Amino acid sequence: MIILRKIENFLRRQGKPLVNFIFKVGELFIFISQTVYNCFTPPFYWRNFTRQVIDMGFYSLPVVGLTTIFAGMVIALQSYSGFASVGAESMVASVVLISVTRELAPVLSALMVAGRIGAAMAAEIGTMRVTEQIDALTTLSTNPFKYLVSPRVWAGLVVMPILVLIGDVIGIFGGYVVGVYKLGFNPANYINATLDELQALDITTGVVKAAVFGFIISLMGCYNGYKSKGGAQGVGEATTNAVVSSSILILIFNYIVTELFFSR
Amino acid sequence: MSEVKIKLRNVNKSFGKKVVLRNLNLDVYKGESLVVIGGSGTGKSVLIKCIQGLLTPEDGSILVDDQEVVGIEEKDKEALHSKMGMLFQGGALFDSLSVWENVAFDLIENKGYNKKDARNEAIRVLRSVGLDPDVADLSPAELSGGMQKRVGLARAIISRPEIIFFDEPTTGLDPIMADVINDLIVESVKGLGATALTITHDMASARKIADRVAMLYKGEIIWQGTVKDLDKTDNPYVVQFINGRSQGPIKTGV
Ligand SMILES: Nc1ncnc2c1ncn2[C@@H]1O[C@H](COP(=O)(O)OP(=O)(O)O)[C@@H](O)[C@H]1O
Ligand SMILES: [Mg+2]
Repeated sequence: MIILRKIENFLRRQGKPLVNFIFKVGELFIFISQTVYNCFTPPFYWRNFTRQVIDMGFYSLPVVGLTTIFAGMVIALQSYSGFASVGAESMVASVVLISVTRELAPVLSALMVAGRIGAAMAAEIGTMRVTEQIDALTTLSTNPFKYLVSPRVWAGLVVMPILVLIGDVIGIFGGYVVGVYKLGFNPANYINATLDELQALDITTGVVKAAVFGFIISLMGCYNGYKSKGGAQGVGEATTNAVVSSSILILIFNYIVTELFFSR
Repeated sequence: MSEVKIKLRNVNKSFGKKVVLRNLNLDVYKGESLVVIGGSGTGKSVLIKCIQGLLTPEDGSILVDDQEVVGIEEKDKEALHSKMGMLFQGGALFDSLSVWENVAFDLIENKGYNKKDARNEAIRVLRSVGLDPDVADLSPAELSGGMQKRVGLARAIISRPEIIFFDEPTTGLDPIMADVINDLIVESVKGLGATALTITHDMASARKIADRVAMLYKGEIIWQGTVKDLDKTDNPYVVQFINGRSQGPIKTGV
């Protein structure tokens, strides 16, 4: 009885935020199921998809390149200082390879793209919401999920893996640059060590992570934009929420996907 | 004039605790131009969004051509919207598209027009609302408020809808531009033989556009009649509203 009373009191005090939270979670799940359904049913707006691919992919190349090259460089430097100089060459090469492909390229690229694109999606769709452009789409017999959300989600799924593959190459190159020009490794040996260590699983993990992160970025960008209300301030909040929530989810799902791949 | 095009019965809509429409009843007859007047925040926009299925009332029935809109399925929405056009309060033009692509949106996305025909048709309709073909390739952000309204009007009428909604078509325009828009609305509605539902708090506009006027107050239609009736009525709410007096039964503020 006392326990029941305690629960009741807890609900009394915490009831409203709790109900709000459950409502939000429900709203998000409805949004996700609508998104998935509309991603697989025609019509598909190729033009919108192409625009997103260019925005999200092509224009993200500089930031992805910058973050991954420095990540590869710093890993080479750090791991060298940690190892005895005997056999350092192959150790550094393999540490760079594994950490870049499995973790650094996918996670850092995704966080950068979340900041760039997740925010832009939330701002654009949020503005369309508060200026009634989404209602206008509906009255023009166009489903906003198919016109706005589905092309962005597909773009996220397709573009992030490609970005990460490019990031892999650049990150490994960063490690090579530090290894050869700063630590004085033999270029041919370093490359051979890298190629010896190269395993399909490392690349696959990174690519699967990238696809998951791409989905998260687009989904949170669209969701927060779609539900924004209350003028410019609401759009600002949506933008912040999109970046924060997708960044957190990226880190959580990074763990979950790693667990799925490597815990057996 | 006797056939009912839109029929609302006991429509209730609230947001949380705030009741916006309560047991609202209204008929819009085929081919007429009905103007709903009412103060800011009385739920005029909510009313037309309910009719278009953009918002769902908790209770009541809305029939458009005898088809129920409340609880309409996603797949039936397209057919419903294909006979409706809407001019939004802020224009609601798509920022990512050029002016002509906005106007021709329905033709390209739903009617299978090719680019060239769609563009020609858009330019023709832009002309009919008094816009130069030069604006066709501009982006909506480059236009003045009045021009945006015209583009919004062109987009609303290009598919020759049976029903057109106008959400405060003159708000934010200078009196002369407002009058131009009023003329264009009258012209295009009569030209299409469409049924028009306009919501506004601009009485000059209401008088010009309306066959019939209805007044929305506290979620209900408290008065309706012709424009002539408007000046003869002794309904204190209507009298206060059309004369714009601060003293009277209508209390402003929350
Ligand atoms: N999506 C919404 N969520 C919550 N409240 C809303 C929403 N849309 C409208 N309202 C509220 O309903 C009332 C009527 O709004 P509206 O129909 O836009 O008024 P107006 O008559 O000026 O067009 C306002 O008080 C507004 O705050
Ligand atoms: Mg309004």
